[in-house]
Amino acid sequence: MISTGDILETIKMIQEENLDIRTITMGISLIDCIESDIDRACDKVYDKITRRAEKLVKTGEDIEKQYGIPIINKRISVTPVSIISAATKQSPVKFARALQRAADTTGVNYIGGYSALVHKGFSAGDKELIESIPEALAETTNVCSSVNIGSTKAGINMDAVAMMGKIIREASEKTADDHCFGAAKIVVFCNAPEDNPFMAGAFHGVGEYDTEINVGVSGPGVVRAALQKHPDANISEIADVIKKTAFKITRMGQLVGTEASKRLGVPFGIVDLSLAPTPAVGDSVAHILEEIGLESCGAHGTTACLAMLNDAVKKGGVMASSHVGGLSGAFIPVSEDAGMIDAAVRGSLSLEKLEAMTAVCSVGLDMIVIPGDTPADTISAIIADEAAIGMVNSKTTAVRVIPAIGMKEGDTLEFGGLFGSGPVMKVSPFSPSKFISRGGRIPAPMQSLKN
Amino acid sequence: MRAVVAVIGKDTVGILAKISGFCAEYKANVMDVTQTIMQDLFAMTMLIDITNLTIDFVDFADKLKSAGEEMKLQVHVMHEDIFNSMHKI
Repeated sequence: MISTGDILETIKMIQEENLDIRTITMGISLIDCIESDIDRACDKVYDKITRRAEKLVKTGEDIEKQYGIPIINKRISVTPVSIISAATKQSPVKFARALQRAADTTGVNYIGGYSALVHKGFSAGDKELIESIPEALAETTNVCSSVNIGSTKAGINMDAVAMMGKIIREASEKTADDHCFGAAKIVVFCNAPEDNPFMAGAFHGVGEYDTEINVGVSGPGVVRAALQKHPDANISEIADVIKKTAFKITRMGQLVGTEASKRLGVPFGIVDLSLAPTPAVGDSVAHILEEIGLESCGAHGTTACLAMLNDAVKKGGVMASSHVGGLSGAFIPVSEDAGMIDAAVRGSLSLEKLEAMTAVCSVGLDMIVIPGDTPADTISAIIADEAAIGMVNSKTTAVRVIPAIGMKEGDTLEFGGLFGSGPVMKVSPFSPSKFISRGGRIPAPMQSLKN
Repeated sequence: MRAVVAVIGKDTVGILAKISGFCAEYKANVMDVTQTIMQDLFAMTMLIDITNLTIDFVDFADKLKSAGEEMKLQVHVMHEDIFNSMHKI
């Protein structure tokens, strides 16, 4: 029999330390929905999603009850819509509405894939899709959008970078009376993964199964609680504790993923080895870093601690899962992490430090609120910097910044729920406009020439 | 199919009797029981076979939980697999 200690440990992790499965995401290919008539194409998209994901939410809830572990989100990701909408030669906003209807019918929390992949250049449908993002996100509530503007293999598409600065501003302006929430539903990627289960950046890549289940786990609270038991351990020992904890967390994700895949009759894709924080007390990545020994997240030493944490999470998780993918690593979204919010408010965490941190952990500048008067070119330049880090380090980086319309540094933008609240952070006042207006492409770096 | 019942709370007379009686009522076969007292906290874990359960597992878990609450006990009923996957390689 399983030991009493192990049983009580698991129960404590779930009850007191916020261990949960962050998301079960069903990836659905829409390639077979391509039609030149936009209305017919939208009907096919709606039909396919609602048919495939009919039992997704119910299955998630059943698994939750059987194992006694909370599954916070049930989501859907689809083929980047620009690929589907290209044949219609029209504004793809109707697809966003079809995705919203499908989300309403299936009862999922979010549906991702209002996306375009333009890391080298624009193909048919890409520009139309990107230009329609602000309207699509203002008209819908559960649709998420992402654009891949760079990769290690292709370099960085600076024309797309310039566009995205404007698009993010516009999305924020269009939803100014709704906490600028439009901008919180757009992610700009470099090296976007095709099997990411996390929003807002999830989409279903063209090399994936027709339909698959991907799982994202969470557990910053569990890691912190484990570290609290070792107040005097050295860093080697700390890394070891994190590895063991990550193994346990990930096993839970593997179990739920295989069970969901079995019950829904679709292949199991990947587990995303993630430490995804929430604004809830005790569910913060920043607090793990502080537990290791920093007075406040953002202090000198933060990047080193985060690099160790991120690496240990992967090392522990990789053995616990048959297939690993997605973003895999610690997330550092500011507004969604109580410790990050506090650090930003007390002035120990700056945009520049966050940028450095993204070089050693999963994703990038995430859920960062910037002043409402930040020029589009400055947002583009933030994207370019972040993409450069991803491109050179052969890793995924992303930008999800929210220009808080009408607010300035020191104010706070409240989102509520899982999205938390974000203090408006300082942005450099010096202009990068000339650089952004040049357009063109940053050539792929030497790191891309591996053959 | 097997499930784990974990009971935590203040030690009183008749906890084991009550919980195992409840299991018998719904044809859950008790396969193993471990119990300890930590300070004055009672902790019991029970492995039960739920193959012949007469009601739905989720209903069974809910009923057992509320029966526990009446005795001021925290009761968790979870499928065995979650512990096996987490603690065994």
